[in-house]
Amino acid sequence: MSTITSFIGVLFDGLAYGSLLFLISIGLSVTMGLMNFINLAHGAFAMLGGYATVMVMSRLGVPFLPALVVAFMVSGAAGALLERILYRRLYRAAHLDQVLFTIGLTFMSIAAATYFFGPGQQPVVLPASLTGQVHAFGLDFGTYRLFLIAMVVLVTIALVYLVERTRFGAQVRASVDNQQASVGLGINVERVFSVTFALGSALAGLGGALGINVLGLDPTFPLKYMVYFLLVVAVGGAGTIRGPMIAALLLGVFDVSGKYYVPQIGAFVIYAAMVAMLLLFPAGLAGRRT
Amino acid sequence: MTRLPTPAWSKAEIAFWLIPIAAFFLFPHYLTLGSQILIAGLFALSLDLILGYARIISLGHAAFFGLGAYTAGLLAKHGYGEPLSGLVLAAIIAAAAGWLTSFLIVRGQDLTRLMVTLGIGLMLYETANQASSITGGIDGLSGVEMKKLLGLFGFGLDGRTAYLYSLAVLFVVFNAARVLVRSPFGLSLKGIREGERRMPAIGASVRRKLVAVYTVGAGIAGVAGALLAQTTQFVGIDVFGFQRSAELMIMLVLGGTGYLYGALIGAAAFMILQDYLANLNPVYWQLWLGFLLVLLVLFARGGLMGGLVTLRSRLGKP
Repeated sequence: MSTITSFIGVLFDGLAYGSLLFLISIGLSVTMGLMNFINLAHGAFAMLGGYATVMVMSRLGVPFLPALVVAFMVSGAAGALLERILYRRLYRAAHLDQVLFTIGLTFMSIAAATYFFGPGQQPVVLPASLTGQVHAFGLDFGTYRLFLIAMVVLVTIALVYLVERTRFGAQVRASVDNQQASVGLGINVERVFSVTFALGSALAGLGGALGINVLGLDPTFPLKYMVYFLLVVAVGGAGTIRGPMIAALLLGVFDVSGKYYVPQIGAFVIYAAMVAMLLLFPAGLAGRRT
Repeated sequence: MTRLPTPAWSKAEIAFWLIPIAAFFLFPHYLTLGSQILIAGLFALSLDLILGYARIISLGHAAFFGLGAYTAGLLAKHGYGEPLSGLVLAAIIAAAAGWLTSFLIVRGQDLTRLMVTLGIGLMLYETANQASSITGGIDGLSGVEMKKLLGLFGFGLDGRTAYLYSLAVLFVVFNAARVLVRSPFGLSLKGIREGERRMPAIGASVRRKLVAVYTVGAGIAGVAGALLAQTTQFVGIDVFGFQRSAELMIMLVLGGTGYLYGALIGAAAFMILQDYLANLNPVYWQLWLGFLLVLLVLFARGGLMGGLVTLRSRLGKP
């Protein structure tokens, strides 16, 4: 394989990986942007979606695509429930309390996943139509990665429509920009936040389900990828769609090409890039809040 | 508001320090756990300075613990096994790393600080993992051989030297920290904690103070790491792990931040609980740990020390 084709292959894999990171992290971006809440347990919702998919597929024989819908709904419901009974109490708490609280939730989710599903990796059987390769322009593309990118593009279009064109989206944007003024205008900020939290969790669940094949799925998932999700939001800037998207795609491409071209350095590149980015852009690439 | 404490040792403090001495005679079979508690207490003390007094959220404090541990471990492995000077060198290396990274820390706010500290910790973990020819990688650094302490006391299997050595170091460092937080420098740290924006108005350089306290905290963490390496004569790669940073935070919050004693009480409570629960089942331990954190945040933000202080002020005002 020539250098160019292998480079395009790595780029493609990186984009698929990055779009997955974007899908999972977008909910986190909204949570941080809207309520200034540091949620380290966000990955747990993605993990829940993954396990929900595996379970309904293996136990109930549900096909892959409907199982994705189940993952979306289960994680969304879990997000709505936890927001109502736990997260809501801590919106005004200090960041330290939020960090400790969500680390606690992360540990509990890891222990619970180990208890119910065992410590090993979970397999997922993809339908035949999503496996194999697609030939185009003299290159081979993994069908599943193409599907993944297409899914994320569709979800992003729907999200942009929701945020930019609907009444609810306008309420979300207003609440991110200025909560007090939004309350003054009669926007029910609390409800806006409940709904966006649930939606963000649901999207994370969908991402976790789609990512079983790419990211893997085992009980340490929330901790293993915590840095990546945080990184997407911190670098991309909280409270937007565009910022985290750029950050996630960059991160995906950097991580995959780093592991492909300089495997001996491993994840070092990503952490170094993260520290550098945070110092250069303290408010993120496209933060709404300055 | 917290009352300004008197500089003299109170009876309660003296009684507190008699506990580890009594434990030495009462529980001769638990001295290994005892040393672990003392080391964890020292480590938690270092975080209390930067988190409890300066309110810097760090998710990567294990970075300095690990640097200290590897410094002491590598020195001893390559023939320089004198404990005390190894401890000092470890402190210097860790403090230097703390000083260098502090400039990255003081720039940001909570989220940035959290990410940068996390990133530095992970970078060091990766480095130690990749440089396995030096550090032993994932298998850990073995072959650490310590000389006798002061040329007199060998680190035997009974753990007596390790315990008393750890206790002595903890006491000396604690004293220094106790003086530090009651100095004008310590008071200005409290000022930064309570109102960072107002401090420049009274002529204090927030930035310089944060750099200083971060450096000191890193140095003390390095001493704790070096103690662990010297007393166990082994360095595992988990000294850099995220789990260690997270557990450290739990110890400190369990004990109560901003009292110094909270760090020690929290470390003791945490380690004893861990010793008991993790023996039952390691998976459940993580569940309990998470549960403990959630409960602490929701219902007991002051930790054990906060509870004691509240209790005392209630008893004092009948």
